[in-house]
Amino acid sequence: MNKLILNDCHKKTIKDICDSFGNKPGELINVLHKTQEHFGYLPEEVQNEVAVNLNMPLAKVYGVVSFYTFFTMTPKGKYPISICMGTACFVRGAEKIVEAVEKELNIKVGGVTEDGKFSVDCLRCIGACGLAPVMMIGGKVHGRLEPGMIKGILDSYE
Amino acid sequence: METIKLTIDNKAVEVPKGTTVLKAAKQAGIHIPTLCYMNMEHLGIENKPGGCRVCVCEVQGRKTLVPACVTECTEGMDVKTHSLRVLNSRRTVVELLLSDHPKDCLTCLKSGRCELQALANMMGIREIHCEATAAMSTYRKDASPALIRDMDKCVMCRSCETVCNDVQTVGALSAVNRGFMAVVAPAFEQELTDSPCTFCGQCVAVCPTGALTEVDHTPKVIRALADPAKTVVVQTAPAVRAALGEEFGYPAGTSVTGKMAAALRALGFDKVFDTDFAADLTIMEEGTELLDRISRHLQGDKSVRLPILTSCCPAWVNFFECNYPDMLDVPSTARSPQQMFGSVAKTYLAKKMGIKREDMVVVSIMPCLAKKYECQREEFSVDGNPDVDYALSTRELAQLIKMANIDFRSLPDEDFDHPMGESTGAGVIFGVTGGVIEAATRTAYEVFTGKKLEKVDFTELRGLEGIRTATVDFNGTPIHIGIAHTLGNARKLLDGIKKGMYNFHAIEIMACPGGCIGGAGQPLHRGNSSFIKARMEAIYKEDAGKPIRKSHENPEIIALYEDFLGKPLSEKSHHLLHTHYFGHPKK
Repeated sequence: MNKLILNDCHKKTIKDICDSFGNKPGELINVLHKTQEHFGYLPEEVQNEVAVNLNMPLAKVYGVVSFYTFFTMTPKGKYPISICMGTACFVRGAEKIVEAVEKELNIKVGGVTEDGKFSVDCLRCIGACGLAPVMMIGGKVHGRLEPGMIKGILDSYE
Repeated sequence: METIKLTIDNKAVEVPKGTTVLKAAKQAGIHIPTLCYMNMEHLGIENKPGGCRVCVCEVQGRKTLVPACVTECTEGMDVKTHSLRVLNSRRTVVELLLSDHPKDCLTCLKSGRCELQALANMMGIREIHCEATAAMSTYRKDASPALIRDMDKCVMCRSCETVCNDVQTVGALSAVNRGFMAVVAPAFEQELTDSPCTFCGQCVAVCPTGALTEVDHTPKVIRALADPAKTVVVQTAPAVRAALGEEFGYPAGTSVTGKMAAALRALGFDKVFDTDFAADLTIMEEGTELLDRISRHLQGDKSVRLPILTSCCPAWVNFFECNYPDMLDVPSTARSPQQMFGSVAKTYLAKKMGIKREDMVVVSIMPCLAKKYECQREEFSVDGNPDVDYALSTRELAQLIKMANIDFRSLPDEDFDHPMGESTGAGVIFGVTGGVIEAATRTAYEVFTGKKLEKVDFTELRGLEGIRTATVDFNGTPIHIGIAHTLGNARKLLDGIKKGMYNFHAIEIMACPGGCIGGAGQPLHRGNSSFIKARMEAIYKEDAGKPIRKSHENPEIIALYEDFLGKPLSEKSHHLLHTHYFGHPKK
């Protein structure tokens, strides 16, 4: 598990986010979105701080974090790669794309490269089925992929 | 009130608007089987995730079956609760639940009390069609000092989650992960021991299957009983006698004190004593502490911490150690009756009997699962030898009696042994919410005013309301008392005190609904409050029938102070009967 020691500045950031949602437990998902946006991931310490601010059990916060694949407890790379495994992409060979990315970066899905540049995850349908199979790197969508294209695409990221 | 008319199984029913099909059927005397549904009526809490689908019914005109527990009645609704389609669906639902469920029913601790087992039996399920293709779940088992989580047996009814979060506000359990990996667990799937769990065990009390159970101490007790070198001494908590009978077919609320003593003797315990004796001792210490704090407060001593909080309940102790680490000097330092008994037994009694501490085994019979944890706390041992060796639940005692082939119902009524078996009515009522503070009031009043109490029944302190307050007149000095049962109510009361909403002198807190009578070691209540009411009546009846009803008049307590302890709060008392608390803030 990736330990993060929260300093006062981190704590203030989390408090401000919780405050901006009125510290309502019902806003947990929104709070987690913003918090993950800031920290890049949601380690135990961050979840605990959210629980304290929203005055709700930590177990409940973890329940939500562990339910939604969007939330992650491991830090992402500088360029997070999300490969779509939705139905359309899947039937058009998404699995081969996953293999190619894993091979090229020498990490498995869910992992981060040693230099912290790339991380790889799978998700379900980004609504770009016409371009299947697709993957996102950061906010950019790469479509109509073939395994042979992967190296070139990855090399284009500095 | 707006009402709705409908028919259920061709019976006309009229119910208030908003009533569910399940409740309307119940009103009409029609039973619809349920599994995940739980109604804790007396606490105003309902668990209805609508998840298990065992209660599905057919509604004329609707394409799909509806779950009765979460479907509201509508005007003119025509419900069939056991059409062929309904029965087939229910059967499939239960078969699916069984498909990845371990099949160790024969040796499961919940065997015979398991609701899933009962459903399978009721439906006559003799084969599970989808079993061959179903993968078995393989969650890690989690064994704490008191509770065991075996999540392979979980049916995701989430009753435990409701109790832990909504009733107790402990927040140790939540549903985590999704799909096949979904499980009820503490945060980060850590072990219960590392979570804010207080070991109150109410999750066990409401679990319909063997997913949540207690740590079984019976094998260790049997071994001790079989060891000729050991003198095995047993103590029985007040609430046990009011519920043990239920395990042997007696109606709830039957007191079986005499038969219980006889059964323990038949099991081979060398001495059969009563925790009620230690409850009287607790009153002497806690009551004196209360009076000491109140007297100093009345004299203007600003350093006195009031209100004083009771400290008999180990789950409550865990709760405040975890949630209120800034208030550790507020609760009474008096140990619980279980621990007072243990420390007196292994000193005073051992000496009296001429045996060594190491050769004595103290077993307690408790309505509680947190007691299993409490007796293992390091501060309650001397050189690694615990004051109380093993804590058995009421259910475990019933199991032992059955194992030993003792015909409980035909046992004669027997008395406790002496010198730690005599008790007063004040000791008995420790088992019910409000009882500890009533017992303390009986003694504190007489000591404080120097007058004899005319009426020992303080009915203003009784009842099942979650939070109760009362003012008792100590001959001109008003003493304000607060009472809370369930940890959620305790939290409300404590937060109120922190905000300055209340001005109490003394507060009694019990973690379980109704106090110890609703404890997690008792015959399982599964949220049904009628048991709790009946047990409460049994306790007050037992109190009323006692010749002595005030702790300080117990002759064996008087003798204990004369021969051994000196006086309440003496140096010896402090050493043997008091403790201190450790803060471990919420994770």
